[in-house]
Amino acid sequence: MEKYRINPDNGMEFGIYTLGDHLPNPATGERIPVQERIHDIINYAVLAEQAGVDFFSVGESHQEYFATQAHAVVLSAIAQATSKIKIASSSTIISTSDPVRVYENFATLDLISNGRAEIVAGRASRVGLFDLLGYDLHNYEDLFEEKFDLLRMINENEIVNWSGEFRKPLRDAQVLPRPVDGSLPIWRAVGGTPASAMKAGYAGVPMFMAHLGGAASQFKRTVDSYREAARAGGHDPAQLPIATAGFFYAAENSQQALKELYPHINEGMKKTNGGGFPKQLFAQGVDPHNIMNIGSPQQIIEKILYQHEVFNHQRYVAQIDFGGMPMDNIKKNLELIGTEILPAIKKYTAKK
Amino acid sequence: MKIVGLSGSQIGSKTRVAVTATLKAISEKYPDVETTLIDLADYKMEFSDGRNYLDYEGDTGFVTKTIMEADAIVIGTPIFQASIPAALKNIFDLLPVNAFRDKVVSMLVTAGSAKHYMVADTQLKPILAYMKAQMVQTFVFILEEDFYQKEIINHDVIFRLERLAEDTVVLTETFTKIREEKEAAYDF
Repeated sequence: MEKYRINPDNGMEFGIYTLGDHLPNPATGERIPVQERIHDIINYAVLAEQAGVDFFSVGESHQEYFATQAHAVVLSAIAQATSKIKIASSSTIISTSDPVRVYENFATLDLISNGRAEIVAGRASRVGLFDLLGYDLHNYEDLFEEKFDLLRMINENEIVNWSGEFRKPLRDAQVLPRPVDGSLPIWRAVGGTPASAMKAGYAGVPMFMAHLGGAASQFKRTVDSYREAARAGGHDPAQLPIATAGFFYAAENSQQALKELYPHINEGMKKTNGGGFPKQLFAQGVDPHNIMNIGSPQQIIEKILYQHEVFNHQRYVAQIDFGGMPMDNIKKNLELIGTEILPAIKKYTAKK
Repeated sequence: MKIVGLSGSQIGSKTRVAVTATLKAISEKYPDVETTLIDLADYKMEFSDGRNYLDYEGDTGFVTKTIMEADAIVIGTPIFQASIPAALKNIFDLLPVNAFRDKVVSMLVTAGSAKHYMVADTQLKPILAYMKAQMVQTFVFILEEDFYQKEIINHDVIFRLERLAEDTVVLTETFTKIREEKEAAYDF
């Protein structure tokens, strides 16, 4: 775990992620200016650090209703505004970028932040960026696998000799600068299916598992498949961190939490995915066995501890700000995280 | 209420005639309902490559978005090689897995032989059920001899299409009402 800058003795890490979406607040129908949204995201990271949160990450989506296409640049501003919190992408779409450039950016980010940068590499759920950035969607899977392999090779070796299908070969190429510890934690973003997790497992890469909703036990199969695949690939699962990431919202009670969160998720998903979130499924989100962390602080503590028992994962990453969530609600959540939720989680998951 | 009539073939006229007749029956009886005909013969559709339906452009994007915005869909299908046409299956492949959640779907079938009567039950309904459609269970099965010069000449077929039109609207109204009541009860 040390290689990934994680010390399980300190208890499970608690993180926050944003997709960098830029959506109207359904209560008003209004969207804040994009400049304000970007500053809000930077401020969000600062406030998260003050609340004691371990990790903050920003996504890359090249489509309408998103603001952090240049997520590495946003992360750079966050690096400068913070001092302790780990910072990462969630995710960097490696398929449509040059891994050399991505590595240069994130190694620099690591130097700026004094060793706090990480990369989560993903494949994109929406695919408009293939046209925008000049790639062929027919190579969706091959592009990711090849570029992700190259990214990891650059991370492990300062001098790289490589050849592949989608870019010119590298001959004794030196990729600089190098990050603080010589290498960065690089995670593979996994959508929640065992098949996807197994690819991360075989390669011995940390898994960043995103989930919408459903029974936590259902995702246990994905976690088990990941660890089994890692073993089959000759890696020690005990050395490979797992992060889970999904919806989070704390309020005085679960009904209030549902009320405050639901319109943002439903209306936001309609715009970004073309389909809303059914109320029936959302109502089940407050059940102790559901993987969505929605409810009172005490209910959420119990949910996260239950999930930790099921997955034995090293990091949980919360998404709070989706769908034009007002900053005031975000601040209220951070306060509940900092004063009630985080201390309880650390207390029960720390080994020393 | 928005109802889309989908004529699921790139060739032939009978399915289009029957879908058009159904939409006309809806408009006459329920003038407030907004009806749209999509005849796949009029559009140049791409094959599904797995992307989100919002990411398709041109005709493919128009057709998928129009279907997703509908409250109900009347699907008309001919029978090709004892099954639904590839053009219609492609529509299903282009849409998300839950595309028909909270939508009503009704069906009419035009066929060259009565031997194909079970095709809708054995091949079309399972797809619609998987995609979470609320189905009007009784579909209208129409044979070649029911048409003459691009018109339906069998009065029994006309009556059945009128009932299909009525059932589609009534079921959509009913499920909308049930859903609204249920959603209000959640109080969030």
